[in-house]
Amino acid sequence: MSAVEPLIGGRRPPAEILLRDVHVLDPRAGIDARHDVRVSGGLIVELGEPGALEPRAASAGGGAGESGEELIEGHGRLRLLPAFFDPHVHLRTPGQEHKEDLETGTRAAAAGGFGAVIAMPNTDPVLDSAPLLRSLRDAAAREARVPVGFLPAITRGLQGEQLTEMAELRLQGALGFTDDGRPVQSAGMLRKALQYQRLCGGVLSLHEEDPTLSRGGAMHEGAVSAALGIGGIPSVAESTMLARDAALAGHEDARVHFQHLSCAASVDAIADAKQHGWRVSAEVCPHHLLLTEHDVRTMDTRMKMYPPLATETDRLALVEGLRAGTIDCVATDHAPHAREEKEVPFEQAPMGSTGLETAFAALHTGLVLPGVIDLALLVERMTAGAALFELPTPTIALGAPANLTLIDLDAVWVAGEHGWESRSENCCFAGRTLHGRVLMTIAAGALAHRDRSLAMVGA
Amino acid sequence: MNHLISIEDLERSDIERIVSQAERFAEVSDREIKTLPTLRGRMVLNLFYESSTRTRSSFELAAKRLSADVVNFAASGSSVEKGESLKDTVLTLSAHKPDAIVLRTPWAGAAELVSRWCSAAIVNAGDGKHEHPTQALLDVYTLCRRLGAIDGASIWIVGDVAHSRVARSNVLAFQRMGARVTVAGPPTLIPRGIEELGCEVRYTLDELATADVVYALRMQNERMSETWVPSIREYASWYQINGRRLSPHQILMHPGPVNRGVELSGEVVDSPQAVITAQVEAGVVVRMAVLYELLAGAREARPGGGEGAREPAGVSAPGSQPA
Repeated sequence: MSAVEPLIGGRRPPAEILLRDVHVLDPRAGIDARHDVRVSGGLIVELGEPGALEPRAASAGGGAGESGEELIEGHGRLRLLPAFFDPHVHLRTPGQEHKEDLETGTRAAAAGGFGAVIAMPNTDPVLDSAPLLRSLRDAAAREARVPVGFLPAITRGLQGEQLTEMAELRLQGALGFTDDGRPVQSAGMLRKALQYQRLCGGVLSLHEEDPTLSRGGAMHEGAVSAALGIGGIPSVAESTMLARDAALAGHEDARVHFQHLSCAASVDAIADAKQHGWRVSAEVCPHHLLLTEHDVRTMDTRMKMYPPLATETDRLALVEGLRAGTIDCVATDHAPHAREEKEVPFEQAPMGSTGLETAFAALHTGLVLPGVIDLALLVERMTAGAALFELPTPTIALGAPANLTLIDLDAVWVAGEHGWESRSENCCFAGRTLHGRVLMTIAAGALAHRDRSLAMVGA
Repeated sequence: MNHLISIEDLERSDIERIVSQAERFAEVSDREIKTLPTLRGRMVLNLFYESSTRTRSSFELAAKRLSADVVNFAASGSSVEKGESLKDTVLTLSAHKPDAIVLRTPWAGAAELVSRWCSAAIVNAGDGKHEHPTQALLDVYTLCRRLGAIDGASIWIVGDVAHSRVARSNVLAFQRMGARVTVAGPPTLIPRGIEELGCEVRYTLDELATADVVYALRMQNERMSETWVPSIREYASWYQINGRRLSPHQILMHPGPVNRGVELSGEVVDSPQAVITAQVEAGVVVRMAVLYELLAGAREARPGGGEGAREPAGVSAPGSQPA
């Protein structure tokens, strides 16, 4: 239905790079071997045996030579993966640029190996009209480091009372719709949106929360909230709304995507919905896969997010859900907040953690290295979001658009030690030692990120 | 000890040391001249973001009995109302170099946060629904005076546990001192997971007779409008401590202020079993002991296990025999 390309931004001169003897891993393409990969004119133009491809011109030192082609030596050790896709980020433009903007947010995405992201509409003003979407896309075309897709609001002003002009928004490039940050509380209102989807298409991406159950809460309800005297949010605040909305989607044969699953009961509800054949998909965030309510014990406001970090049982169910495919993809819910907004007592702090720059390394460290899931599965789940929003999946194949991320799995770093690309620093993994560092990201054929250490590695 | 933020941070020996020190100060309170020179020249800043008369005046009196200078800073009518953040208020007031800041806020964790922003010793005088450690210490002190020791005692904490920082601090403190704690109240006001603190949970007072100590919590009127319980009348009929429910052997405690006719009937408040005024009295000496612990040269490393009888160097006034 879209009259325009739904992803916009990242339009920079195409990268001219020869990646020599890199370990290419693309589980969908069935590649897990050392190769030479040449990127030119926005595409993967050559894919050869390791050492088979010669640099176009003898450009010593690995820098861009006369030919304009940069040479990266992987020594069979550096991994080349399809660039990750994040279906859930907050770029804060317009209106909250003190937290993040299109440029800093997409720079953070590129630094985390993401080749494209989908931005949420809970900005100021809310992205709920075609003129605003047009101006935002114009800004993204100028400023974004990687392509961005937009999900305008389902209801005007996120108020839950009146549908946005969904069809008009779709013509202007809306990938789908969401009231993220809030649920569509009224079942009747959501049902109208689901019905209207038959006209205009576009995935409805749903934040599940029953506000009558979550009100007054600032963290997961359980032993830790009881000990801290902080109002608790029970997991059923999410899982009951999710089950309701899955049933509504099934009834209307609509396509819905469930955001940031946080508990075992929600994984069960998704499995149930899929068993019914309803057209649902789900995402999970790195923090819910790696952290629990016990990380909130110190009342560190970086650990405050919606949905809240839950129990170890929930965490294990989410990991298993991701492994089994009940949960389709990883999303960061990258939610930047300014220092002064987070440097307040826990109950006063806004919800959210940044996540783009740490997602891969945190999951690699926390799930792949201990052997919980394998690297190929992680790569699959970190790229699966694109297809859920009817976009081409990043893939490593001859002639495919170059969406690539180059990673040194052995690099050990402390999250935040050298600052962040994001404008905000409220990362729940800050200070943790992580294994695996993104060295380079090529998004839509252009160089989007290049780690300072890269020349050293290649040398 | 550098700060008093949470009972969770205290060992039993820490509590015993503070209680013994409070007992020594209590002897002074009975003298004609009640003031000690111990903290002369030190400054104690009371920073209160919630209205409080008894806790604040108790801290003020405690500091003055130790000859400290006291500055009271109430959030209402101050720069706080102009939108100054907690951090900026604390940084500004820190410029006056207080030795201790007594802090009360409606936010859990605020005392801990403030302790990271300034070098003063922080005394948590209540952080949201989280903790109120000096209340717990004065309650332990009061009970120890009555019972000698509270090891093995059964203590029931009755009422709105969910919204009570007193309940949380007291569950921890009583258990540290060897008591068995039961919390009881309407299921809507007993937080899920509270039993993981080690206490028992009851939704009725049927077994109240097994308690040695009954600790009633204040039932706040606004809980009714938020429909935590159907009505005051129903709450009182199920959870009020009255002459019918209170056994003669039991000690009755309450953190104040009491709602007569709600959580306590008038006759039990006035009965000799109630130690409510003794708790208020204990408030001053226990807070003296806390300020003494934090400020009187005690910020250096304390001796391992550090129980009891440490005398203030160069201060002669408190009784010299260990209590």
